[in-house]
Amino acid sequence: MLNTQDILQTVTMIREENLDIRTVTMGISLFDCISDDPARLEQKIYDKITTSAKNLVKVCEELERTYGIAIVNKRISVTPLSYVGAGLSPDGFVKLAKALERAAVELGVNFIGGYSAHVQKGAIKGAVNLIESIPQALTETTRVCSSVNVATTKAGINMDAVKRMGEIIKETAYLTRDNDSIGCAKLVVFANIPEDNPFMAGAVHGMGEPDTVINVGVSGPGVVSAAIKKAGQCDFSTLADTVKKIAFKITRVGQLIAAEAAARLGVPYGIVDLSLAPTPAAGDSVAEILENMGLECTGTHGTTAALALLNDAVKKGGVMASSHVGGLSGAFIPVSEDRGMIAAASKGTLTLEKLEAMTAVCSVGLDMIAIPGDTSAATISGIIADEISIGVVNTKTTAVRVIPVYGKGVGESAEFGGLLGYAPIMPVKSESCEAFINRGGRIPAPIHSLKN
Amino acid sequence: MKAVITVTGKDKVGIIATASAQCAKFGANIVDISQTVMKEYFAMIMLVEIDALNTDFAAFADELKKAGEENGVDIRVMHEDIFNTMHRI
Repeated sequence: MLNTQDILQTVTMIREENLDIRTVTMGISLFDCISDDPARLEQKIYDKITTSAKNLVKVCEELERTYGIAIVNKRISVTPLSYVGAGLSPDGFVKLAKALERAAVELGVNFIGGYSAHVQKGAIKGAVNLIESIPQALTETTRVCSSVNVATTKAGINMDAVKRMGEIIKETAYLTRDNDSIGCAKLVVFANIPEDNPFMAGAVHGMGEPDTVINVGVSGPGVVSAAIKKAGQCDFSTLADTVKKIAFKITRVGQLIAAEAAARLGVPYGIVDLSLAPTPAAGDSVAEILENMGLECTGTHGTTAALALLNDAVKKGGVMASSHVGGLSGAFIPVSEDRGMIAAASKGTLTLEKLEAMTAVCSVGLDMIAIPGDTSAATISGIIADEISIGVVNTKTTAVRVIPVYGKGVGESAEFGGLLGYAPIMPVKSESCEAFINRGGRIPAPIHSLKN
Repeated sequence: MKAVITVTGKDKVGIIATASAQCAKFGANIVDISQTVMKEYFAMIMLVEIDALNTDFAAFADELKKAGEENGVDIRVMHEDIFNTMHRI
């Protein structure tokens, strides 16, 4: 028999603490769509996506009503298009982006990821052309998400790609200048990109994945925050245990939804991603968790330690709750999507440098950070190179999603709307790193990548 | 298969009658009822058999939600598996 207190705890978590499933993402392989005729390729891609995922939204809505928990996003990830459209020109890739957009609209999914290229050691022609097309593609679509993997621990860092991505981000910001450069909010530069991440903007359907797959991302910062508050002034062992126990419960819901969605869609279940994903809503903030641990404001001394404890405890609690864990799996710290982070950044306590340090102990990187519109492409490349180095050296995923908001500077803020939130413009260093970035070539892989 | 119906809100006359009338209407057999106080709210929990529902689960949940709204209480119907999964290893 179910315990009354357990039932009420679940109901409270859903009703008052914003427990939800952040995303059910269907991964779809597009390799069988490859064609040397661009029009045929486009049609086959559209058909494959709209056929494979035709019941995705419907099944998710059924699950929401059966289990009484919201599934906030229904999304799709596809094989990186640089492979599928390897023979296309930049214009051809923009047409493919529009086909993805039409498929997303048809299916009622809010984002589709996979407008992507992997160039950690060098770029095939398709990758070069796709990267060139990114600013235009992200301007002419609203639901397509793009990612570029510029480094791995095994391959080192492709600094030519890092340099080019700084320029691409600037171009994207300019082309979407009428909407606070929102194009950049749909573009992520990665090190060690995971192949099964259900979260946007970095979701892709990797090379070693099945034809179609269901991956689920859980949420729950509000639930963790409430549990810590309830635990009161306990020591660190008790604090870590509190987080572990609640992370277990959160992840179990993700596991249930993942297994059930996969079964109802007749698709294999891939992974549950254990990341704590915040939203701009009140009481759904990772920063609030850190502050409930005893920090006056996120970004102050002690923040990295608090985040390290949180991230580790979430994984330890979550890993036993799910049969397959994957994706990014760690606490997210996107500035614009987290009310506490926004407040801390506005106050000046949370800085770019502190965020960089925090990313060494959690997933996933410098995320949704608005910087001045006049930041140079080389400086953006420098920001990318620093963050990517942390991922490469620590054998973890890191990423950069910065928005140089065109026409705006420090003291102003950018409004992205919806789940993407809003962000104060954060200052960057004014001293140049151009001569460093312009060297070109690759930064060699670290010695500890040689494990065999 | 069973579902858990939770009714939360300010205590008032007729809450159990409202929920149980809906269960009877849709063929959900009540197997257990308990009530408690959650913070300042009244909370009633019903465990119901749903194998003989004369409508689909989602429609049943929607109807109860609506009946709750008409009576100023929050009524949620959730498949028992979400509780079993969360609270049992």
